[in-house]
Amino acid sequence: MRTGLKRAITALVVVVGVCVVVFAVIAYRPAIAEVARPDPHAFDAGLVQRGANLARLGNCVSCHQAAAGRPYAGGYPVKTPFGTVFGSNITPDAATGIGGWSPAAFRRAMREGVGRDGSHLYPAFPYTHYVSVTDRDLDAIYAFLMTRPAVRAVPPSNTMIPPLGFRPLLAGWKLLFLRPKPIATDPRQSAEWNRGRYIGETLAHCTACHSPRGLLQQEKRGAQTYDGGWSGGWYAPPINARSPAVRAWTADRLETYLRTGLSRDHAAAAGPMGPVTYNLARAAPADVRALATYYAWQMRDAPAARREPALPDRRSFATQRHLDGARLYEGACAVCHEPGAGMMVAGRPALPLGTPLHEDNPRDTIQVILKGVRPPVSARGPFMPAYGDALDDRQVAEIVAYLKMRHGTGPAWKAIKKDVAAARKEGE
Amino acid sequence: MMDLTVNGAVARVDVDPATPLLYVLRDDLGLHGAKFGCGLGQCGACTVLVDDRPVFSCLLPVGAVGARSVTTVEGLGTATAPGDLQRAFLHEQAAQCGYCIPGMIARAEGLLRKTTTPTEDEMRAAMAPSLCRCGTHMRILRAVRRAAAMRGGGVIDSAEPVT
Repeated sequence: MRTGLKRAITALVVVVGVCVVVFAVIAYRPAIAEVARPDPHAFDAGLVQRGANLARLGNCVSCHQAAAGRPYAGGYPVKTPFGTVFGSNITPDAATGIGGWSPAAFRRAMREGVGRDGSHLYPAFPYTHYVSVTDRDLDAIYAFLMTRPAVRAVPPSNTMIPPLGFRPLLAGWKLLFLRPKPIATDPRQSAEWNRGRYIGETLAHCTACHSPRGLLQQEKRGAQTYDGGWSGGWYAPPINARSPAVRAWTADRLETYLRTGLSRDHAAAAGPMGPVTYNLARAAPADVRALATYYAWQMRDAPAARREPALPDRRSFATQRHLDGARLYEGACAVCHEPGAGMMVAGRPALPLGTPLHEDNPRDTIQVILKGVRPPVSARGPFMPAYGDALDDRQVAEIVAYLKMRHGTGPAWKAIKKDVAAARKEGE
Repeated sequence: MMDLTVNGAVARVDVDPATPLLYVLRDDLGLHGAKFGCGLGQCGACTVLVDDRPVFSCLLPVGAVGARSVTTVEGLGTATAPGDLQRAFLHEQAAQCGYCIPGMIARAEGLLRKTTTPTEDEMRAAMAPSLCRCGTHMRILRAVRRAAAMRGGGVIDSAEPVT
């Protein structure tokens, strides 16, 4: 009996020991030797310019710049169910940025999610997409970053729930979810489509927001890709056959939207999509066209692509059902949004076209009211004042319910007021 | 009939609840500080505080105010006894035509009630929704910095150094 117990304990110790060793072997990544900060003048100007374009297509600066910080100096909080990860400083400052990183260290970080010192990086940094970026493109981005002004800045510490502060665990996540996904040219499609797919699926990492995520925050692939997801308290609607838009996303309309932050048939880019269009407006037009071609193709079987529905105005019905909402709308919204208002004359999308009203949840409609719309691309763009300080949760919910009933399509929204409170909290 | 708390006093007004708060302040209560600029929430001349938060009173239906308290520039001091923000604006000569100033002061008051030590960026972000067509922005920002200091705080430069 005693011998049996001893044996069992010995076996357990051996098994645990072997597991620890195996895991350590899997998780271990060596540091890559530090290099002297490369001379910014040593890089080819053409290479830097190509890198600048790729960095804009990748929207790198959105996560690598704090609200009041300098570009690429890090500090933007990415909130996850497991804690907050702050974008790192990727300026060439040797002490606090990536000035000491060799091209090999940079490539490894982008492809494998491993820092120069060998530590695993959190997948908030979307290396699951960058794994398929070509060497040539990675070297161009490296050249671009190394020629930015070096900024001395340390982002706030991540606040991960235990034990996720222990980074070697990320090796396990990677075993499950980090898959090289070669982007082979599809000969049946045009060169533009193929270019769009390469950019969209790798650097632009569109699925990071537009796909649902699983329990471990991995993006759901396969049939659920582009089925809609969440970002910074906003809903990123489906951009596949389930697109809720009531006007077709043609390549032309999508190109205009991505380059100007505004589609007069859909909506203005708001929330986290605003900065995306800001960067795309400054990227190579041919690449943005390619993205538009590819994603219009993704949405080719969406309802509006087949038939654009008539949009009835159920004004009196909605007023009867939501009198408070109707009154609030009258005083707070109608001056811009009613037909004939100045904003309509200026070519802004009419309220019934607004994609948020046709989504399966009220979040984006709520967020637009709470936070408003800032001109996404340039000072002359679409603007809407924020009502978060002017209206309380109940009042916002009343307006949202009224709008959904008056102009919306799809099933009615439930528990709107609760979602207003949640939107305020997540947007903090 | 509804009760409205403005600058610490309760006023009873007889208006349609959809009427913008601005019209009630100006036409019914005779408070001409807040101005009508664009009527679209784009210029900030109508800014007042509702429970410490700056809002565009041209786009706030009076019926939505409820029990919350409204503060206009008149509530922050008088011509004979100006408040600290008003003194700061005077000291910096921040007004040219002055049309935007009551909104600017209300907006600055909202910021300083939240924190007397905002960063430069936070101050600029807080003041950005109000526009000044004369171009006295630099003086306005100086006045806000001065008022922050008068309240025992100050505006902090937040940008990281370039190495």
